[in-house]
Amino acid sequence: MSNIQSLSSDAQRQDYLDQLESEAIYIMREVAGQFERPALLFSGGKDSITLVRLAQKAFAPGKIPFPLVHIDTGHNFPEAIQYRDWMANEVGAKLIVRQVEDTIKAKGLKEPTGKNASRNWLQTFTLLDTIEEFEFDACIGGARRDEEKARAKERIFSFRDEFGQWDPKRQRPELWNLFNGKISKGENVRCFPISNWTELDVWAYIEREKIPLPSIYFSHQREMILRDGNLLANADFIYKDDSDVIVTKTVRFRTVGDMTCTAAVESEASTIEQVVAEIKATRISERGETRIDDQQTEAAMEDRKKGGYF
Amino acid sequence: MDILRFITAGSVDDGKSTLIGRLLYDTKSILADQLEAVEKASKTRGDGEIDLALLTDGLRSEREQGITIDVAYKYFQTPNRKFISIDAPGHIQYTRNMVTGASNADLAIILIDARQGVVEQTRRHSLIASMLGIPHIVVAVNKMDLVGYSEDTFLQIAQEYQKLADKLAIKDLKIIPVSALAGDNIVDKSDAMPWYTGETMLHFLENVDVQHDLNLNDARFSVQYVIRPQTEELHDYRGYAGRVQSGVFRKGDTITVFPSEQTSTIAKIEVYGQEVEEVSAPQSATILLETDVDISRGDLISGTGNAPVLSQDVEAMICWMDDRKELKVGNKYTLQHGTTRVRCSVKGIEYRVDISNYDQLEDIESLKLNDVAKIVLRTAKPIAYDAYQTNRANGAAILIDETSNVTVGACMVEA
Repeated sequence: MSNIQSLSSDAQRQDYLDQLESEAIYIMREVAGQFERPALLFSGGKDSITLVRLAQKAFAPGKIPFPLVHIDTGHNFPEAIQYRDWMANEVGAKLIVRQVEDTIKAKGLKEPTGKNASRNWLQTFTLLDTIEEFEFDACIGGARRDEEKARAKERIFSFRDEFGQWDPKRQRPELWNLFNGKISKGENVRCFPISNWTELDVWAYIEREKIPLPSIYFSHQREMILRDGNLLANADFIYKDDSDVIVTKTVRFRTVGDMTCTAAVESEASTIEQVVAEIKATRISERGETRIDDQQTEAAMEDRKKGGYF
Repeated sequence: MDILRFITAGSVDDGKSTLIGRLLYDTKSILADQLEAVEKASKTRGDGEIDLALLTDGLRSEREQGITIDVAYKYFQTPNRKFISIDAPGHIQYTRNMVTGASNADLAIILIDARQGVVEQTRRHSLIASMLGIPHIVVAVNKMDLVGYSEDTFLQIAQEYQKLADKLAIKDLKIIPVSALAGDNIVDKSDAMPWYTGETMLHFLENVDVQHDLNLNDARFSVQYVIRPQTEELHDYRGYAGRVQSGVFRKGDTITVFPSEQTSTIAKIEVYGQEVEEVSAPQSATILLETDVDISRGDLISGTGNAPVLSQDVEAMICWMDDRKELKVGNKYTLQHGTTRVRCSVKGIEYRVDISNYDQLEDIESLKLNDVAKIVLRTAKPIAYDAYQTNRANGAAILIDETSNVTVGACMVEA
């Protein structure tokens, strides 16, 4: 985009980020146009932060016409929670928070215990209850196809039955940009506007748009648990045993998930430019490096999704 | 840097997944832990060699059966281009998934096993690629290593394919001898085939011009959503949010709204709140008009260039995608075109295409899964469309089953 002033169509040729942005905004508007009660799943992580910016742009100068919803495991990074509240207020959107803790109590769910115990999977129950409570017919999520091999197969409008389940063998054909969001009562659709973005595209976009991020994405000193080569942030609710070593490290987080299953990377990168440079140079994938829940089996994500996960 | 979306198609075991794996591997787009996971999985399957197909076969049942069931999207980039590769299944029962993948592709790579030559799936996939208006087709004659890198074999297949291509409206065709497994002519030129002096696969993918494939003549804009902030300072703001499907819109242009055929003038164009002088396909934008016109989601704003056809009668090529029910004359469906949905009924099936020789078979009563045919529809209200072959965006439509809500047909409208 060397000459923005020129009005010839050739000069308007869109750069790849413009193309991705334009597509994502088209999808956002389809969600708003096709559904009665959509919601945007917002965790305070970089992917859902990108969604909020795209939603702002899609409906400018109006406000975002749907609420932000966070399913809080109670094991989130305090910095991400703080950011979540700040951002919702900043964009003037309604924020709905539902606690996994409450679902556990109300339903008498058995919480995983012991080492590497995580409430990550339990979020599904709270999510499905929240969808029912507010009668959401569409949930916009920040999943990307480059993240994981089951996600690489998922549609942009991903149909879920009345139990919230994804059936990979019976996905609706998704043709051109004609998204079919027709559903019966009780069913819902998960919509993924940044399906075609890679991790690096998200970072490049955040850099270009100068979007503020939670501080944990940048280098800071923190008390960490060193376990099986992974660095986990120390917190009271994380089960520890004799083999765990507590160390203070200079780290940043590449993804923001549950504290129980999100690993950090050692890093001195304290600006967005430095983070982007590090990610360009890395030889390890995002989930491989930071998501302990995906390291467990070859089909971990596929199984969670079939059960109604994000 | 721009984006190229391409689909890989071919018969089972032609090596599609291996080709994508090879492109990812040779452009260093596979990360260390992903490669390690594939190495581990290849070992448990016991054949020793790294199976690059495991990089794209993401579902449990795909890995178990060793076949691709659904479209997989993979991403890689070189300094010039971001690539979105769409890996489509080869099995005949998953042809509808190929149509799904092809609908958004700028380019198709059709693989042919050098030992087999042109087979039924080659014909089927080429027909789909041409019918879906994919502007560029690359035929990869694969497994050249298994035919001793023979130039004669390659020329024979190339000649046979050319005959097939002549029957189809393929705009830009390229035929390249490769071995995805050994890496010949994928990223690097092959030493084993000095007789081939053309481009490698990646070189072609990096340089093919897709900008000119867009229809920039006929201005079409489907209204997705009406933005009405109704705040004090934006009290009278009424913006029509949508995406430019084709053509260019400029401030001051006279426009016609379909189906109402009201006219007005563009007062302002905004891109995400910022005012601009003009927008072109495929940009998302918001259009504001000089006069009060009744416009809602589903309407089409048409600008300069030819006017669209406004009619309740629609003739279209269709690929039938429902494995549970057949399409029969008299059946009713929901037709989704642009941002509008309208009921329609099937008035007739003009012919079905025999995919082995592209003959038109008449007196057809019904269509089964994966059938390709020309049908006539009558819609409950008029819709404003263009011919798919000159305007992909405004000539595409889908049929939705009214009881199951499933997408059952892909339509390419003729005008």
